[in-house]
Amino acid sequence: MIERISRLGRRGCDLLEAVGRAGLFLAQSMFGRPTMGGISLWIAQVYMVGVLSLAIILVSGLFIGMVLALQGYTILVDFGAADALGQMVSLALLRELAPVVAALLFAGRAGSALTAEIGLMKATEQLTSMEMIGVDPLRRIVAPRLWAGFVSLPLLTIGFSVVGIYGGYLVGVEWLGVFEGSYWGNMQASVGFFNDIGNGIVKSLMFALVVTWIAVFQGYDLIPTSEGISRATTRTVVYSSLAVLGLDFVLTAVMFGGLS
Amino acid sequence: MKRSKTMELSVGLFMLAGILGLVFLGLKVSGLDLQRADDTFELRANFANIGGLKPRARVTMAGVTVGRVESIDLNTEWYDAEVVMSLDNELSGMLPDDSTAAILTSGLLGEQYIGLSVGGSPEMIEDGGVVRDTQSALVLEELIQQFVSNLTKD
Repeated sequence: MIERISRLGRRGCDLLEAVGRAGLFLAQSMFGRPTMGGISLWIAQVYMVGVLSLAIILVSGLFIGMVLALQGYTILVDFGAADALGQMVSLALLRELAPVVAALLFAGRAGSALTAEIGLMKATEQLTSMEMIGVDPLRRIVAPRLWAGFVSLPLLTIGFSVVGIYGGYLVGVEWLGVFEGSYWGNMQASVGFFNDIGNGIVKSLMFALVVTWIAVFQGYDLIPTSEGISRATTRTVVYSSLAVLGLDFVLTAVMFGGLS
Repeated sequence: MKRSKTMELSVGLFMLAGILGLVFLGLKVSGLDLQRADDTFELRANFANIGGLKPRARVTMAGVTVGRVESIDLNTEWYDAEVVMSLDNELSGMLPDDSTAAILTSGLLGEQYIGLSVGGSPEMIEDGGVVRDTQSALVLEELIQQFVSNLTKD
């Protein structure tokens, strides 16, 4: 019994310690003095994290928009409200689906890669050697990746929304025959720039921070063996998916809970 | 480094595409008007019952959208709803002071909006003025209640 309680306590201490380490890690790497040539490191990371994720994000966005329009149409047409398709597709995408799905895909596509990359650097003792020659790996390796993720995901989310709304247009207007004017008109009447688009971007900024933070920290903090790398990569995807979904509920409650 | 040139280019294009996407969302999806702030004037109207009217609902005249509802507050002096509308500037000083504002519903289940109709008075409402003659929202339950109570009277 005592053994169990002390094990629970040890777990708690470990967890708190990890949270503390992760917090310090984030603060040190994001607000540390940038290195010389930090911009070009950052650009290389935006390429790795953002540009190379573009294809999967855009293709998923197109299909999600198309499926939304198809499903929405079959329900709305029963109420004679097929004209509201545009507002349904755009609000669903801008408020919820684009930030969340883009963040989940981003965690799978870019987050796991970040963890594996930094983990391998740690396993092959590149990080230690950097410290030895007086280069801070937090600034040289971690900071560009964090900032790249922080900038890339909101841009990817915007792309996701645009392509998704276009996909909804393709299915709703071109295929199912919703009147084009009411598709865009109802959309414009109901979508607010700051309320919907702005809040969606704020959401995706938060998700970007959380996902890249988890990915980079898991890579930096793993046990430097091949098994450790594989476990950390898995943890990155699991933790960031859970964090995104949980945080999404909280953010939605704060942003849209008051909307009647 | 030869690779970094194309990399820089693609990152630049990526960010440009993101900004263009935001502009598309702003203009095409949310219908953001860039000069909306100074191109409108305010009009107030008090309603006994606003039904399901919400901020940002349309204000129309002859079916044409001419503005939006800015805010809805309870007036504690008269216990009615005070609705502030912002209308296109081209209507500024063009509305007679006996114009009426009615809360209408688009379709049977659609959203509610305000319909303005022009009166015949030579005096015009100025910026920030009040529309005196208002017609409350049609609340279906009240209507049914009246109908049922009329039925039972006979």
